[in-house]
Amino acid sequence: MLIKRNSNGIDIPFPSEITPRRVFESRRSFIQQMTLGSIAAAAAPQMLLQDAFAQTGQKLAAKQNTAFVVMDKPTSYKDATTYNNFYEFGTDKDDPAREAGTLRTRPWTVTIDGEVRKPVTLDIDSLLKLAPLEERIYRLRCVEGWSMVIPWIGYSFSEIIKRVEPTGNAKYVEFITLADKKQMPGLRSPVLEWPYVEGLRLDEANHPLTLLTLGMYGEVLPNQNGAPVRIVVPWKYGFKSAKSIVRIRFVKDQPKTAWNIAAPQEYGFYSNVNPEVDHPRWSQATERRIGEDGFLTRKRKTLMFNGYSDVASLYSGMDLKKFY
Amino acid sequence: MITPKQITLAKTALFIASLLPFARLVLFTFTDRLGANPIEFITRNTGDWTLYFLCLTLAVTPLRKLTGMHWLIRLRRMLGLFAFFYATLHFTTFLWFDHFFDIDEMLKDVVKRPFITVGFTAFVLLIPLAATSTNGMVKRLGGKRWQSLHRLVYLIAALGILHFWWMKAGKNDFAQPILFGSIVALLLLARLYWNVVQPWLQRRRMVPAPGCGLRQQRLERK
Repeated sequence: MLIKRNSNGIDIPFPSEITPRRVFESRRSFIQQMTLGSIAAAAAPQMLLQDAFAQTGQKLAAKQNTAFVVMDKPTSYKDATTYNNFYEFGTDKDDPAREAGTLRTRPWTVTIDGEVRKPVTLDIDSLLKLAPLEERIYRLRCVEGWSMVIPWIGYSFSEIIKRVEPTGNAKYVEFITLADKKQMPGLRSPVLEWPYVEGLRLDEANHPLTLLTLGMYGEVLPNQNGAPVRIVVPWKYGFKSAKSIVRIRFVKDQPKTAWNIAAPQEYGFYSNVNPEVDHPRWSQATERRIGEDGFLTRKRKTLMFNGYSDVASLYSGMDLKKFY
Repeated sequence: MITPKQITLAKTALFIASLLPFARLVLFTFTDRLGANPIEFITRNTGDWTLYFLCLTLAVTPLRKLTGMHWLIRLRRMLGLFAFFYATLHFTTFLWFDHFFDIDEMLKDVVKRPFITVGFTAFVLLIPLAATSTNGMVKRLGGKRWQSLHRLVYLIAALGILHFWWMKAGKNDFAQPILFGSIVALLLLARLYWNVVQPWLQRRRMVPAPGCGLRQQRLERK
């Protein structure tokens, strides 16, 4: 590689000459696999396939919004795209990466209606153009006790709210996701009521942190991560962030949400990340950061509201043990 | 007839086969193939293998009765000890990776969370069984007492299933617990039939109650 010397006399390669981390990571893992000999080779084709799949993502340009960037080290693209909860494609963590290829993300429309003055149905291209795309790096805390750090691309959901003008009756927002048996093999299993429905209080939905998300890691959303459009609510447990949304309704009453229907004593409507309120079957005081906390390090402490203390004012006067 | 040499061969083969899941875990650990959450992988995998070996151990007696392959009994101890081996690995991942050897914290978890209480109880109950698995211990305890002690395995299997069931309840996904539960239930019901129902039926046949002429006649006709 030719290295130019800049005026300070410091060697700086052109940005175009720096190998993107993901490319050299995948190269490294390729070499690793090749040196492992016959036993490893048996599983290698599948992993190569996954890498190839991972890299077909279409680029999505966005400017980083530094006001919404946490300093934690982002999770590797591979971990973030192969360890997913997306029950429409199976209940195991590696199911979505394997099965979500059948999801057709175009054409795709999202109908936004209910208690609004200007109901609208938008296709994915209009959604991409509705507001400037920003990259934001958020922590993601799963209710199961693990966490990741993900560079999402999207814009505040408040842009949508502005556009449709909720009436005075709108108190909640309901997110309804795709439930198509032809595309989603997981729907055959009765683990949840389909379609998967999530919801937020209107003021939660209007909070600038609530992100209407169309991409991650500089690309459009991979299918297994909720393509083509999802919501990301970083101070709540991951399941509150509905994937592959087809309809958004502004409603008067608190929506009946999928996990709350399945196990109301375990998953409340609010489900704010809260180290002091345990899940009945495990503690929420600590979490395992995927790719970091492992064999030689303790799990890390979970932060109130996942570290997004700004949102505390939304819940002033509320008993968060009662409204878990 | 099975020769002693064949038994030794069968035992050796079984020993090596039973270590394969462990070897796979070690291989995957050092080749970075445990996925994004390696600890979860190890915990689940060792838990699964504990259940597999418990089922295999419990399957020996029914298999013997059904097939007449009585030499199978000589493999049972090893199967049971491998159940204990994988249970120990399973418990160790919990103590190490979940609690970093903080015994106080671990015990708090055990007391507070029913699914852990149940799993921990099953593990603790396995210890005396493993400890008394040698021929010397069978002699020292006496066959009868040894056998009653080792009947604990029925309770252990039931607790193991309950532990798995509650763990999966988080995913609202009961397909696997139902499968394991049915297998264990079947293996235990087979015993109930052979040890309780069948002898009872035989007794009834041998000592007909007075006034049951009809049944007596039927028996006599046979």
